[in-house]
Amino acid sequence: MQQARPEAHRTVLVAEQVSKRFPGTLALDRVDFTVYDGAVNVLIGENGAGKSTLMKILAGVERPTSGRLLLDGSPVEFKSTREAAHAGIGIIFQELNLYPNLDISENIFVTREMTRTGVVQHRAQEKVTRDLLARLEQPLEPTTLVRDLRMGQQQIVEIAKALSRNVRILIMDEPTSALTAAETEALFRIIRDLKAHGVAIIYISHKLEELLTVGDYVTVLRDGRLAATAPAASINISWIIDKMVGRNVNAPHHRARTVADDSDQTVLEIKNLSLPRLGGGFTLEGVSFALKRGEILAIFGLMGAGRTELFECLMGLHPEASGQIRLGTRNLRHEAIRQRIDLGLMLVPEDRQRLGLVQKLSVAHNITLANLKRFVTSFWISERLEMEDIRAMMRDLAIKTRTPQHPITSLSGGNQQKVVVAKSLLTRPKVLLLDEPTRGIDVGAKAEIFEIMNRLAEQGLAILFVSSELPEMLTIPDRILVLSKGKITGEFSHDKVTEEALVLAAGARQQTEHPVPANRPNN
Amino acid sequence: MTTSSPVASAVAPARASGLSFGVLLFRLRALIALFVLIGIFSILSPSFFTRANLIILVGQTAINAIMAVGMTYVILTGGIDLSVGSTVGLAAMMSGLLINRGLPIPPLGVAVYFNVPMIIVLGLCLGLLVGAFNGLLITRFNVAPFIATLGTLYVARGLAQLSNDGATFPNLVGKSELGNTGFPTLGAGSILGIPIVIWIMVLFAAVAAFVASKTPFGRQVFAVGGNERAAELSGIYVNRIKMAVYMICGLCAAMTGLITASQLVAAHPAVGESYELNAIAAVVLGGTSLAGGRGSIWGTIVGALVIGVLTNGLVLLGVQEFWKKVITGLVIILAVVLDQLQERLQQRLALKRA
Repeated sequence: MQQARPEAHRTVLVAEQVSKRFPGTLALDRVDFTVYDGAVNVLIGENGAGKSTLMKILAGVERPTSGRLLLDGSPVEFKSTREAAHAGIGIIFQELNLYPNLDISENIFVTREMTRTGVVQHRAQEKVTRDLLARLEQPLEPTTLVRDLRMGQQQIVEIAKALSRNVRILIMDEPTSALTAAETEALFRIIRDLKAHGVAIIYISHKLEELLTVGDYVTVLRDGRLAATAPAASINISWIIDKMVGRNVNAPHHRARTVADDSDQTVLEIKNLSLPRLGGGFTLEGVSFALKRGEILAIFGLMGAGRTELFECLMGLHPEASGQIRLGTRNLRHEAIRQRIDLGLMLVPEDRQRLGLVQKLSVAHNITLANLKRFVTSFWISERLEMEDIRAMMRDLAIKTRTPQHPITSLSGGNQQKVVVAKSLLTRPKVLLLDEPTRGIDVGAKAEIFEIMNRLAEQGLAILFVSSELPEMLTIPDRILVLSKGKITGEFSHDKVTEEALVLAAGARQQTEHPVPANRPNN
Repeated sequence: MTTSSPVASAVAPARASGLSFGVLLFRLRALIALFVLIGIFSILSPSFFTRANLIILVGQTAINAIMAVGMTYVILTGGIDLSVGSTVGLAAMMSGLLINRGLPIPPLGVAVYFNVPMIIVLGLCLGLLVGAFNGLLITRFNVAPFIATLGTLYVARGLAQLSNDGATFPNLVGKSELGNTGFPTLGAGSILGIPIVIWIMVLFAAVAAFVASKTPFGRQVFAVGGNERAAELSGIYVNRIKMAVYMICGLCAAMTGLITASQLVAAHPAVGESYELNAIAAVVLGGTSLAGGRGSIWGTIVGALVIGVLTNGLVLLGVQEFWKKVITGLVIILAVVLDQLQERLQQRLALKRA
């Protein structure tokens, strides 16, 4: 499609030197971002790069810690989404904000119902809704309940809702993540139509080729900082990847290890593991593999491939799963989590905040949470014994905090993750399950986590490691299994793996797949 | 032009120490409130700060405090127990039944009489049983704690009334030929000049505070209330912990019931009605978060004392009963508002420290 020329667009909204600090992390660090009207302004970056935070600041959900916003050249401060909406900024969140129990027109007019003497004018609302849906080429009945709509149609309702508020700036957070190819095409037509009407669009997505199709300006964020910005016409996919990943010296390296070949070194063996899904089908289907002492085995797969569920099965959270799990010489069947931990299986969950940490406890008490029995002398916890282990862990994993008595929430994301790892290591596991251990932590902390993994493997710990980040796959593990729609679709040893092969295997049996470039730089 | 905050963030470190002193004062607010109230009442009423009145005051407080100790455990896990008042009544009625009629065994046509220590043990076991019933509903049948214990509130009260057809068991002095005399000593006796009731409160509070802060069980209670799913994945048997806290709460309520019956030398089926609210109020005043995961036993004791001092002081000042309720209610509301402020203050501090 034809790319717009920069001089053709006027600046509507500027974020100037915007920073946002959360407890433990600097999510945005002096970021500049310019939004042009009548154009698609693309925002891209890896997980945790600060896209969502920046967007929330623009939409009035969050307030910047420092820096300012300029709307049409004059400074503005949004104290709420309502104020931002009043200024003509609309946002469509990745997790849709619709009321499933209300119909389409009620959703569109929620909080701004058309009323006459206090009574909602349903007819009038439905008429406006019908016109909006017609403009969006969606012949939906305005009285349809939102819960009866497909995800893609719900997305359309969100867009209609934004349009009904006469937005000048529309923020779309991964709008195509739930859409079919046809729906995506329709969405792009709508976007072009909106552009033609002078609406500025801020478009966030992980699908790189899509960005170049629909975008006019591309801004790349990396670790909370502005990495680069350029007109879409002047760049290509490898430029984006280059800016997203950066050339950092801390890039992980594969550590050469010798993993024993003989099968008596096998510590974990899984045979024919299946997990039925509610409403038919399988989340996991016939998964079999073995893990040896001192081996790092990675599991690569897209969202929804069943990676997290696999770990949950291993920890015994899905009693409905079938198949065999053998840990050492013991077949696991109905063991409770505690028993599995005692047998040497321990999980570092993906969602650190929800599943990994107890936010109201201190750093120290989080570290020892899974091991309290070990410190008991007579009836109570010996503070001396407990502190010995806490100090050892803080030293081994380089957990940075002034005192272990500080609340866990005062730590950075990377240090919080190290606390979860420390808790797990104190249980003296034989097999460590790491679910996306580097999610949402900065580059330096990532390198430290990999360093720790390598060290542990050398000491004989078997590590099962889930990640959706390709560079990690190529450097850390000894062996990689690819999971797609609950089935193992590929197995690679470290020396034979390529990104193309992984992506191909991960996309197997999937119709709509992310176009992932093959020319990603290796550093 | 809007001036925004780079300046503010530069000033922050200097203010941090002052702020954390503020937080300390904030955390001790219940204790400070207690001293302020004691000061005010001492000035306004000459009979307030006398040994006799203080012993009465602490004795009255003890009944609520013992219940509130158990309630603290429940609330620390993020639950609530509305059935404690009824458990008080049920335990009281059971002690009355055992003393006046013994345990009837219909097939043999006889009744078994127990001595007083046995009666106390059986009463406490009854409390554990009620707690276990609550715990079972909550952990096995996934009933929300509010609803489960609301149901038990009715069931236990009904059983208390059924136990003697709604009538009182009077004159619980026992008979020497049955070997069950001495029950009134529990409520009226004293050791070293201090009522037994107060000793019991101190014992319960000390054991509970020790268990909460020094044992794996205590640590796990906080963890379950702080983040149940994380606790579960750390290998904590969440259901067992929950079961245990409701049983502890039932035990404390039963203790209160036995003391009350002993003090009255009679067991009335309506005794303990609305006591659950006093217990919850003491816990909340003591700074324990209703969301779970944060709080302390000593805070609860201070909270119970604040309510006790307020009630006692206002009576001495001749404040009308109805106004007493209004004032007590406002104090509780104030406590929760301050609790929210502390939460926000701590979040702000966490931000500054980062």
